[in-house]
Amino acid sequence: MSVSGIIFANLHDQYIPQLTTTRTLASVPFGCRYRLIDFPLSNFANSGISDVHVITQTNYHSLMDHLGSGKDWDLARRVGGLKLYPPFITAYSSNEAQMYSTRLNALKNLSMLINRSSDDYIVLADCDGICNIDINALVEDHIKNGADITFAIKRVFLTPEKAKHNSIVTSSPDGELLDMIREPKNISGEVDINIHIWVATRTYLQRVIAEAIARDYESFIKDIIARNIGRDNYRVYRYDGYYAKITSIVDYFDCNMTLLNDKNVRDALFHVPNRPIVTKVRNSTPTEYLPGSSAVNSMIADGCVIEGHVENSIIFRGVKIGKGAVVKNSILFQDTQIGRSASVNCVITDKSVYIRDGVSIAGHPSIPFCIEKEKVL
Amino acid sequence: MSMYKKKECVAMLLAGGQGSRLYTLTEKTAKPAVLFGGKYRIIDFPLSNCVNSGIDTVGVLTQYQPLVLNEYIGNGQPWDLDRSVGGVMVLPPYQGNKSADWYKGTANAIYQNLNFLDRYDPTYVLILSGDHIYKMDYGAMLSFHKEKGADCTIAVLDVPLEEASRFGIMNTRDNGEIYEFEEKPAQPKSTNASMGIYIFTYEKLRKYLVEDEKNPDSDNDFGKNIIPSMLAGGEKLYAYPFEGYWKDVGTISSLWEANMDLLGNPPNFNIHDKSWRIFSRTPAQPAQYIGNGASLSNSLITEGCEIYGTVENSIIFSGVRVAPGATVRDSVIMRNVEVCEGATVEYSIIDSNVKVGSGAKIGESKESADGIAVIGVGLEIPENTQIKGGLMVNKSTLKDIINGKEEK
Repeated sequence: MSVSGIIFANLHDQYIPQLTTTRTLASVPFGCRYRLIDFPLSNFANSGISDVHVITQTNYHSLMDHLGSGKDWDLARRVGGLKLYPPFITAYSSNEAQMYSTRLNALKNLSMLINRSSDDYIVLADCDGICNIDINALVEDHIKNGADITFAIKRVFLTPEKAKHNSIVTSSPDGELLDMIREPKNISGEVDINIHIWVATRTYLQRVIAEAIARDYESFIKDIIARNIGRDNYRVYRYDGYYAKITSIVDYFDCNMTLLNDKNVRDALFHVPNRPIVTKVRNSTPTEYLPGSSAVNSMIADGCVIEGHVENSIIFRGVKIGKGAVVKNSILFQDTQIGRSASVNCVITDKSVYIRDGVSIAGHPSIPFCIEKEKVL
Repeated sequence: MSMYKKKECVAMLLAGGQGSRLYTLTEKTAKPAVLFGGKYRIIDFPLSNCVNSGIDTVGVLTQYQPLVLNEYIGNGQPWDLDRSVGGVMVLPPYQGNKSADWYKGTANAIYQNLNFLDRYDPTYVLILSGDHIYKMDYGAMLSFHKEKGADCTIAVLDVPLEEASRFGIMNTRDNGEIYEFEEKPAQPKSTNASMGIYIFTYEKLRKYLVEDEKNPDSDNDFGKNIIPSMLAGGEKLYAYPFEGYWKDVGTISSLWEANMDLLGNPPNFNIHDKSWRIFSRTPAQPAQYIGNGASLSNSLITEGCEIYGTVENSIIFSGVRVAPGATVRDSVIMRNVEVCEGATVEYSIIDSNVKVGSGAKIGESKESADGIAVIGVGLEIPENTQIKGGLMVNKSTLKDIINGKEEK
């Protein structure tokens, strides 16, 4: 049995436009030192999937820089390994479909690759979710049931506002997929959602993609799943571990803060034996706490110099916090500098932001204030 | 003809030393693999210096307890030394068809690897040791060597006169040419101490190593044999003056001091310099978590730590947990150590994977680097145990301490 992986890097960029003007959703920084793609990528690598295709569409410089050859995930291989697939556009032809505007369009454009593959199963994942999941268990469940496609689902509590970017799944008690509805209106309460990690039997995927090309289908859920439900063998796999879906800047902010306020979440993501979440090594020095500094309830990456006060905050690598500065409830991306006696509260600073001495900035937990990359305030 | 691409300068790093004066820290590990500065090993310094100096072919000669070192160096990727031609190579002693020998001395270790050097057809060979903490541009030293038309260039440090008798001293003429070498002289004539860093013109090095090997009375040592023979043979030897931080970390007190030199603003030794980065192999760990009630001052703390207690003037390696009410002061705490509630660690070096039980008290407050307590790898210090300052604790001494024998 052999398994390869596909990761969609750009599919949900519009969820957090504040942080995706210069990058893909996949390369949005998270939790002091990670990028969102580190979760699906590490999940794949930890399950022994060494052939990983990353589909990207626009703004992918930061993604390329982050992934490099894939060696940080042990995916720089002679055979297989990590490969990046930007849109295939020529001077003579380019249209919306070739820009990978939907999941199905991207797969249609990669049909050559899937046809050429000799893998039995293909696992596909998006970058809008944060979890440490055993992909092997999903694949084993898929094989055991002889399924065509198995979707990982998670029981969550939804409000109408949060339902917006979710696909609600209904299934039979024995795990047969009964229905999948995208972005339902007026839903409230406990439901199962599609967490955008799914496994397909390769020959089946090949067949439906060929059909999608022939019939000019656009949407995987509408044109393939909905048409074939009840006829083909679609199943669900219930995932019970920690999962956070990021569909807005508030989700993003809350999810980072959960790392601080719940040790169980830190453990469920970062301390699972044999399943580390791996990221690009930056080779920073240890973080320096100078006399007069103080820190409480914060996560702080290496390479920082802390002279001021940090509280309830997520501090990325290489951040400098000056003497007398106060940082509260904030997320400071790589190489942010907070000047002396400056103060920030409920703020997200993008990379290399510089807050001058004495400047004071505040947002609110319901609307965190985002400061764009390299801005000087 | 060599089938490999010629390399102008190849570095040979002598990493076989036992480092017996580091006691329990080197029981299972060669000295160059001893942890340093929160996320490094001693060998990261010469290796990073090589890479930063543009030297991309490094042979690492191992002998004593090589397992950790071999695993650490691996394919050389953290230092960008995973090259198709050159890169880093671990060179253990080996069995030949006529003889099999351990490395008898520093010169013999290089002699046994002449075949390795020949493959790269180097013009110059840089000899390094894995015992020192420093940042140095070997490229500048090589330029000096070429400019002087030297056969051998030895890096020297200007040491205080009262300390000069602890070192190998190079007596030089005004132009830097060495006319005499004295090993640990009682009455030093100058203060140019050898740093154990040599650049040889390979042709000359090869000749003297082959001759030295033929002499059964030789210790096969660079300082004792090769340098004196070259002086006697009328070769051109020059002293290259080095200015900057350099520390031999061969003893517990000097290792502790060198760690402490990373602290302060500005520190005595700056590892934060982006133009001369020190590279290391780092395990995948999440960022450090600083809990409620933590108090931190003048310390270096590394990823994967969870700090709830007090940490002052200390170096904390990755994955360390300092529980609420625990205190760490003026200490070096290596990987994955757990300091439980109410425990106090002062003026100590705690090796990796140690658990300090709650209420235990290790080390004593001091004014100097003498009397540092050392706890060996993987030990479990029971609750409320007291370990006095200056004790070297390994498995058997811990048993004695627990059984109360130490009190007598």
